Amino acid sequence: MIEAVARLGRATIDAVVQLGLAARFVIALLHHSGMTFRRLPLLIRDLYFAGVLSILIIVVSGAFVGLVLGLQGYDTLQRFGSETALGGVVALSLLRELGPVVAALLFASRAGSAMTAEIGLMKATEQLDAMDVMAVNPIARVIAPKFWAGVIAMPLLAAIFSAVGILGGWFIGVVVIGVDHGTFWSQMQNAVDFEEDVRNGVVKSLIFGVIVTWIAVFQGWSCTPTAEGVSRAITKTVVFGALAVLAADFVLTAFLFIGR
Amino acid sequence: MAQCVTERLVASLSGVDAGYGTRQILHGIDFTVHRGQVVAIMGGSGSGKTTLLRLMTGQLRPWSGAVEVLGVRLEQASEAQRYALRRRIGMLFQFGALFTDLDVFENVAFPLREHTRLPEPLIRDLVLLKLEAVGLRGAARLRTSELSGGMARRVALARAIALDPELILYDEPFAGLDPISLATIGTLIRRLNDALGAASVVVTHDVVESLALVDYVYFVSRGRIVAHGTPDEIRNASDPYVRQFVRGEIDGPAPFHYPAPPLAEALMEGQ
Amino acid sequence: MERKSWDVWVGLFVLLGMAALFFLAFEVSSAATSRIDGETIRVVAYFDNIGGLKVKAPVKSAGVLVGRVTAIRLDPKNYRAEVTMELSKRIPFPKDSSASILTAGLLGEQYVGIEAGADLENLQDGDRIVLTQSAVVLEKLIGQFLVNKAAE
Repeated sequence: MIEAVARLGRATIDAVVQLGLAARFVIALLHHSGMTFRRLPLLIRDLYFAGVLSILIIVVSGAFVGLVLGLQGYDTLQRFGSETALGGVVALSLLRELGPVVAALLFASRAGSAMTAEIGLMKATEQLDAMDVMAVNPIARVIAPKFWAGVIAMPLLAAIFSAVGILGGWFIGVVVIGVDHGTFWSQMQNAVDFEEDVRNGVVKSLIFGVIVTWIAVFQGWSCTPTAEGVSRAITKTVVFGALAVLAADFVLTAFLFIGR
Repeated sequence: MAQCVTERLVASLSGVDAGYGTRQILHGIDFTVHRGQVVAIMGGSGSGKTTLLRLMTGQLRPWSGAVEVLGVRLEQASEAQRYALRRRIGMLFQFGALFTDLDVFENVAFPLREHTRLPEPLIRDLVLLKLEAVGLRGAARLRTSELSGGMARRVALARAIALDPELILYDEPFAGLDPISLATIGTLIRRLNDALGAASVVVTHDVVESLALVDYVYFVSRGRIVAHGTPDEIRNASDPYVRQFVRGEIDGPAPFHYPAPPLAEALMEGQ
Repeated sequence: MERKSWDVWVGLFVLLGMAALFFLAFEVSSAATSRIDGETIRVVAYFDNIGGLKVKAPVKSAGVLVGRVTAIRLDPKNYRAEVTMELSKRIPFPKDSSASILTAGLLGEQYVGIEAGADLENLQDGDRIVLTQSAVVLEKLIGQFLVNKAAE
């Protein structure tokens, strides 16, 4: 019994310490972000790895999610005789929730894990130490460009996801099932508000981008510098990234959509 | 070799205690390197040799005592001062620590690109010269994954001397090398040190190779310097630990057995 | 060589992302079509009951968007709902125009409908629309229907 309480206490202290380290890390990161924007090739390289290499998985997943939304949405709506609302249902689901959230989950497992792996490997093979000894700050040279690349790539990827998904829903609704094209589109435009839905969705994905990338670079930076440590850090990035995105989604939804 | 000792002091540690967190690694270290010297720090694994190097690069602050490298007092230096100092130091890491996303040429060019604004043709010439010095000019466009262990070590050495450092640090430069690569690295350490007029510190547990190469040896055991002297003095040292280490005997002050209760007791427990 | 191709790919990626954002802003949502362009005038109208009318609800005349509801509050003096709305300056309405709260479809969202009057003078900024008709509240309608039935 006492042992269990002690273990809970230790776990809590560990978690607080980790949070403190992560906070200090992000402050150092922001402090050393100048080089990222002074030397764009660094940022572009990481945008390639975080953004360009994620496009395929984002487009394919977005298309499938949109197709499924089209089918399920139609099936549910036609029970109430309101299948004309399909466009609005598909667009709102994607813009407000599925686009930002699913894109962030995919981003965590595709780009986030790759970032953790790259940083962890550089640490395990002393490349970060070597850089530091060569008087090049590894946070400024390696970590900060990755962080900013993630923050920039995430909203763009989420927007691509939503756009492709909406086209997928349109394909099922209009082309396959035969909902009227004009009805589908105008109903969607009526239902979707630019500020409340589109802009808030982008805000969400931006925040998810910060969270996921922060977790990814911190896990890589603080991993145990062994093969085992790196693989454990990659797992943590995906698990913590997913949990943090879902939790943050709840909080953000409460503030952005319901809070008013 | 002996006349070098009288020359300018490059690095000195006096009465240094250091460690990580609450764990003390080094106790009361006194250590000096002079210009032109190649100094070896020897000792078993986990004796604190690498920690000594980290003190000299300013990656680790001493708990107490003074660390002075190239005229900079590291125990009180600011981050900017430490970074400025590091530009004058070259370091070779255990397995080279080459950047895996850059090829050989770009690895050697890295310090030049980061710290100088030299025009591209000049960088090219400098890199090729450094690579020539380690005999790998022909490998300039190879990827780091295509290099053997010994070649990687030599490329890393070329990178370490890219900015003509005044102090070169080597962390286990001989570990895991075949005899030919080992001899090559040993020769390079000596030759580059003399050519650059620098000072070198070699952390190693390779006795034969380093005693043939260096001017002075420090022996570290459990965080303390237990002996120091020229290679000849070390070969004839009376300290039992040094004798065990130099001759490679299994048992001695460094015991073969991990501390444990007597075997008979342990066997009886099972009954 | 490698760096060049990164530049190109990243450029394409950013373009694609921007295109998606534009698509969402101007095709999916009605950021372009639902905005009231140009200058507006601000008018108020009092209703006995606004039903489910919300801020930002459209103001339409003959089914065409002419403005937006910008504020709703309860007048503490006469306990009527004061609805402030912005109307496009390009379509001037006569002073005796009337406002009513209507519903799009049977259960759709509510909006303000404006019917043009015949006055020679037009509504100015800060004017009040006097003639109003409140929202039809379904419960009241049903209640009335039941009372009428019972009376028969």
